[in-house]
Order: sequence, then C-alpha cells, then structure tokens
Amino acid sequence: MSKHQHLEESVGFSSKTRDYIQRASSTGLYEIRGIGAKRALPSFDDLVFLAGSASRYPLEGYREKCSTKTVLGTRFAKNPIVLDTPITVAGMSFGALSANVKESLGMAATNMGTSTTTGDGGMTPEERNSSKTLVYQCLPSRYGFNPDDVRRADAIELVIGQGAKPGGGGMLLGQKVNARVAGMRTLPQGVDQRSACRHPDWTGPDDLAIKIAELRELTDWEKPIYIKIGATRVYHDVKLAVHAGADVIVVDGMQGGTAATQTVFIEHVGIPTLAALRQAVEALEDMDMFGTVQLIVSGGIRSGADVAKALAMGADAVAIGQGMMISLGCNSETYIKDGEHHSAEADYAALGTKAGFCHHCHTGKCPTGVTTQDPILEQRIEPKVGAKHVTNYIKTLTMELTTVARACGKSNVHHLEREDLVALTIESAAMAKLPLAGTSWIPGVTENK
Amino acid sequence: MESLDLEKMSVRDINQYLHKTLPGTDVTELEIINPTGEHNIAVGMDTECTIDVRGHAGYYLGGMNKKANITVHGNVGNGVAENMMSGSVHVKGFASASAGATGHGGTLVIDGDTGLRCGISMKGIDIVVGGSIGNFSGFMAQAGRMVVCGDAGEGLGDSLYEAVIYVKGTIKSLGADAQLEPMTETDHKALKELLDFAGFDHDPKEFKRVASAKQLYNWNADANQEY
Repeated sequence: MSKHQHLEESVGFSSKTRDYIQRASSTGLYEIRGIGAKRALPSFDDLVFLAGSASRYPLEGYREKCSTKTVLGTRFAKNPIVLDTPITVAGMSFGALSANVKESLGMAATNMGTSTTTGDGGMTPEERNSSKTLVYQCLPSRYGFNPDDVRRADAIELVIGQGAKPGGGGMLLGQKVNARVAGMRTLPQGVDQRSACRHPDWTGPDDLAIKIAELRELTDWEKPIYIKIGATRVYHDVKLAVHAGADVIVVDGMQGGTAATQTVFIEHVGIPTLAALRQAVEALEDMDMFGTVQLIVSGGIRSGADVAKALAMGADAVAIGQGMMISLGCNSETYIKDGEHHSAEADYAALGTKAGFCHHCHTGKCPTGVTTQDPILEQRIEPKVGAKHVTNYIKTLTMELTTVARACGKSNVHHLEREDLVALTIESAAMAKLPLAGTSWIPGVTENK
Repeated sequence: MESLDLEKMSVRDINQYLHKTLPGTDVTELEIINPTGEHNIAVGMDTECTIDVRGHAGYYLGGMNKKANITVHGNVGNGVAENMMSGSVHVKGFASASAGATGHGGTLVIDGDTGLRCGISMKGIDIVVGGSIGNFSGFMAQAGRMVVCGDAGEGLGDSLYEAVIYVKGTIKSLGADAQLEPMTETDHKALKELLDFAGFDHDPKEFKRVASAKQLYNWNADANQEY
C-alpha cells in the first residue's frame, strides 16, 4: 500500500449530506427542528462603524446623553407605542414557550420599558399581566384570537410571514399540545398542529387594506397596526404593506428562529436580514414614507452592535427572539433552580445532542426549560430569575448601542445613519448598498475606484 | 328603533357609536340604512341588541361580533361574521368568500349561496347555509357545525379537525382526511335545531355527515402529500 494513500471525503456528498439522505430513506419524512439557519450568511458582522475622529466629533461615552426613546405607530393610531429602548421582544407563542418563559419576557420588557409580543396561540393572562406594552399577533391560524384580547393589547401585528419560514405556516408537534395549549387553540390534545400559511379571510393587498380597516374599527383607531413579513421580495412587500395602511412594518430575515419547521425551510427559503433591511428602507424612501411608517427588523439580531447597525441602516427598532431565549438559558450546560446551577447534560444526551448544538425545541423536551410544556422541565425557568437575565441582556445591548452611537457623535440612537457604516466584504457591500471599507465602491451602484 | 344612516354618518362614526355610546343607553333595536356596500359595518359589537342592516354590505359585516343579533336585508362581501364569538348574523341574500371564517361561537345564517372557503378554520361557530357553498369550505375547521342545504364544492372539509359538516345536496369532492359518516339520532336532533333556528324547512334525514377521518392528526410517512 502506498504511503501516500489518503482518505478524501466528497464535498458534494459529505457526511452531513449522507446523513440527510439516509435519514430521509429510513423515515420517509422531512426533518423538523427548531432554532434558525445554521449556515453562514452575510450578516451585520460584515459591517463596521466609522466613528468620530477629526472630521466628526464623538460624544463623551460616559457623560453625554444619548436618547434611546423610540416611538412606533405614528401614522394613523391615536395611541402610538412609546418605548425606552428600540430593542423589543419578538413574537413567540405560548405553546412553543412555557407560561413561565412568557411571563419572564413580559417582566423583562416592562423593566426595560419595551414591548413584548404574543405568538400563534393567543394571549395568556401571565404575559398580559406582566407586560406593560404587549403587541398582539393576528396570524393565519387565528388560534385563540378574540376581540377582547385585541382590545386588551397595545398594538396589533398582522403576521403575513416569518423569516424562518416565509410562505409556510406554524407548527407545534403533539407532545407540546397539552390540555392548556389545546384549549387555547380549540384543538384536540396531542394533535400535531399545522397552521395555515395564508390568512383565512383575505387574499392580496387590496383585501389586506380592508382587513386592517376592520382591526382599526374594532379598536376605534386607537392601536397601531403592524404588518410582519418574512423576508423574500421585501421591496415589493413593504410597498404593498404601506399601501394597505400599516403603521409599522416588521421585516423578519432568514436568520430568524422558529420553534418548529421543516429544515428545508430554515436553510433554503428567504433572504438574509442584511439584504432585507436595505430593501425595506429603499421601499419606504421611494414612497416618501420613511419616518412616517416605522420599520422594525428582526432575524438574527444578537448584540448592541447589531442593533446599532440596523438603526444606522434605517430601522426604527429591532425585535429579538433567539437572543432572548439564549439569555434565558437555551443551549446552556446548566439551568438554575432555587438559586443553584444544575447540569442539563443528561437531558441533552437523551435528545442525542449537547449544549451549544441543540435545536430540539419541537420535541418539547428542552433541557433548560425554555421551549417546553412539560410540567417538570418548565420549572427550570423561574419567572423572576428569567426576567432578571432578559433584563440584563436588553440593558447590555442598549448600553452597547448608546456607546456606538456616542462614538459616532450621535446624541440620539435614531440619528445613526448609513454614512456611519462601511462593509467588510463585497457581498455585504452589495446587499447593504454600503461602500467596501477603504473604498467608495458600492457594488452595483458606483464604479470601482 | 334607533336609525343610523350611512349617507349621513361614516362607518367609523357608526362603529364608535355602537362601541361607546350604545352600551350606556336603553336602545335595544337599531337599523343601519343606506349601507351601499360599505365594509366593516357593525364590527366588534359587544352589546346585546338587534341590528337590521337594510341593503347590501361589503367585507367583514359583523366581524368579531359578541352578543348582537344582526340581520342583513341584502348581500354581503367577504368574511361576514368572521371570528364571531356569540350572538348571530343572518344574511337574507348571498355571501361572498370566507363566510364565518374562524368563528368561535354564535350562529351565522345565510339564506342564499356562499363563495369559497365558507367556515374556514371555524372554532365553534354554527353556520347554516340555505343555498350552496363554494370550493374549499370547512378547510381546517376545528370545532362547530356547518349545515349546507344545497350543494358543496371541491375539497370540502380538507384537513378537518373536530368540526362536523352536514350537506343535503351533492358534494363535488371531499378534501384530504374528510370522510362521509353515518348520521345518528344525535345528528338528526342537532340538525333539526339548527334548521329551525335558521327558519329552513328540510328533513334532517336527507342530509349527509362529513367529519374528520383523523388520519392526519399526527405525522406519518404513509400520508404522503396529504398534509
């Protein structure tokens, strides 16, 4: 045997691909999982700030004021949403998350003067009572949707699509559909719940305008109406949402998370948040609606730097889902109970995974108690402890945001602008329509100089 | 009877009167005249009263209704009584698509025909249609009862959960996981009550029962593309 013989794995048919094929051939079913896209995508990491220097004055980082006040829904609503930070909690359902987690998120959002959002499955008393500002989602399934909760909400978010699965409906597997979840959704207990991907009572943007008008009539024009779209044809979708009468548009990029959907959706449908945000801003600018209709961006926002970059590109606020879950303990090696850390390794092993790799939200067997309805596992999140962690997370991000804003010379985080940013890669420069760092070249826009 | 004229008031004015002023009065009977196809009339009612809409109405008439009993002396557009919680809506004419969509409770009666997706995702509402219903009606219907005195279109009851559909006429085709089942005495009794409420004179024994075969309640490889 030659000493130069070596083992060469096929790139096209790697061990990951072979596992996929062999799994498909043995089950006859596609894979369903939680969390978001795991593949590398152009992201906010590919942008950097040009802070103040001789040509721009920075503000004193620890002394000078930098406002984070954020107002959403100023177009038509009598009572716009006023927040202390542009960092909001994204829509996640009771069912996907436990009642303790929903309560934790509500408490943290209230602590930080921001909003939280319901999900597919309706509004729980825990989240309404704990949330000063609660956005109520109106989804295609309309599970648990009722006029009393619409009136109890502070804003309504009409969900057309979700970044993790644009064009697809919600999903909650039977092991998470316990008696309470089933009752709220008017479903048999234990059924694998599949939500519709289209709304039941309107089709197309002209109908949508009438649907929005109906929600305004129901709420006597008091509450802002958001429209959430999964990022695909963002430029056109944003224009149609504006035409239909949205106060606020939420654009959810493909890095957005989910509690359960087909892997083929998560990894192969939609466009990255970076590209989606730029298209959304362009649509608003082309309609002369920038600043009149507010823009929230979501999908893989993790840090204060991400928030600052999103605002500089034109967003008014961000919504965070996965980051909030991770702050609660998702994918941690331990969970906290009675003030002590306890190992969750055995529970990860039982799912065939490890901390840091887990995407088993769909099973309801979350080792750290975040995405579960199991009466024992859900106790691994104590609302006060969970709220403290989420509060700290939002606080940290807000401080990072103001740090960057001050360095760029801004006394208000909403004064961050595209001119403050450059791109590190040609792909991100083209998607964000920002100059490649050290050049004035914007691929597709300017000549290469 | 209190009369509200849509030639003199906007839909917004009328709805705000119904939401905010009406509950503080002793008015229990109202009429809305000159609706001329306006959308969103009497949306979000939360007061026990009767409302007669004298003419044709647009989308979402009586949407999310609670407690009120609304009669439309004309035809209606999409989504009549969508997401209704209680009370009743009676359409003396025809209804367009998505009639009674996602309704949780109350009773919707339509004397004429309805368009596509009647009773889609219904969650406990009762719907009685004097005429025929369009394609894809009862899609993902979760709870409640739908009575069709005429014919049903393609894909009736696709992906049904616990709702039950009664049809007197022909069914062009059943949707995935919907099946015909024998009528029982309980069905006959329930059907008679619904027909009597609607004011329709039909023999319950002439109806067929459609319900879920429950083969799609949990994922299975043999269901192929039925999901």
